[in-house]
Amino acid sequence: MQVKINGKPEEVQGTTVSAILKAKNIDPHMVAVELNDQMVDRAHLDHAMVKDGDRLEFLFYMGGGR
Amino acid sequence: MQFTDEQITRYSRHILLPEVGGKGQKKIAQAKILIVGAGGLGSPAAYYLAAAGVGTLGLIDGDVVDLSNLQRQVIHHTADVGRPKVVSAKEKIAAINPDVAVVTHEERLTAANALKIIGQYDLVIDGVDNFPAKFLINDACFFAEKPLVHGGILRFDGRVTTIIPKKSACYRCVFKTPPPPGLVASCQEAGVIGVLAGIIGTIQATEALKLVLGIGQPLTNRLLDFDARKTALREIKVRRNPNCPLCGESPTITELFEHEAEICAVRT
Ligand SMILES: [Zn+2]
Repeated sequence: MQVKINGKPEEVQGTTVSAILKAKNIDPHMVAVELNDQMVDRAHLDHAMVKDGDRLEFLFYMGGGR
Repeated sequence: MQFTDEQITRYSRHILLPEVGGKGQKKIAQAKILIVGAGGLGSPAAYYLAAAGVGTLGLIDGDVVDLSNLQRQVIHHTADVGRPKVVSAKEKIAAINPDVAVVTHEERLTAANALKIIGQYDLVIDGVDNFPAKFLINDACFFAEKPLVHGGILRFDGRVTTIIPKKSACYRCVFKTPPPPGLVASCQEAGVIGVLAGIIGTIQATEALKLVLGIGQPLTNRLLDFDARKTALREIKVRRNPNCPLCGESPTITELFEHEAEICAVRT
């Protein structure tokens, strides 16, 4: 199925946020996840179902300033 | 307060703007802005806010200038290496605009001093380089009910967002807690393209001035991400999170605390 990840359409395998993160080799601790503009709690990534056409944002921490 | 002829000339390009005018320039002259961190983001923010005529600029930083800072922390000059950052920055601000009262806090922002210091200002600019401090600033601005202009830079990426406590999404609405220590590069070992500090810091200064003037649309409920490789900006909509541990419906954070300090190691 196709979903939009960080604004770009992508063909993904898997039906949960967890599975998509895993397929993309992203450690869930490194991102905040938004699914269709709604924050997904890190504890619920396994249960967050993703459908065709959904929009995902993987927000990486950006720390520096000095 | 009345402007002198010299001040009217100095601020004429502001006063000419219908959105600013003499009235707006007076608001700027009465504003008290705290810049946390006199470094990469704090340097350009301090320069432009000083030039704009902000009445009081507070600077908090406990560090001294290091040679490796000069690639991006443009308020510090080569001769300042080894000197306290707040002292170095205060001198440059005074040289740009003697109208600005600079208050220096030569210390680190802590859970113990944050509310007392932030309480003296109208709004806060986050220019710190580590996550425990970014979360502390977010929490302190929430408890003190002060608007916060958040910024971060890393490698070729930068991010800005404006937070109006209890009205718009806070940092914890999006990022509940800091990343586990060592997992995300954030400290001095990570590289950053120097000009990013200028780009992000000046956007933060723009946001601060807009808030002071009460004009335009603040960068609330939006993360503005800048990618210097592509020279592309992307806006990510966020919203207040009912499960936010700080500003949500059943908060678990009811007083200031500090997250564990990071281990400065970059995992790649
Ligand atoms: Zn919040």
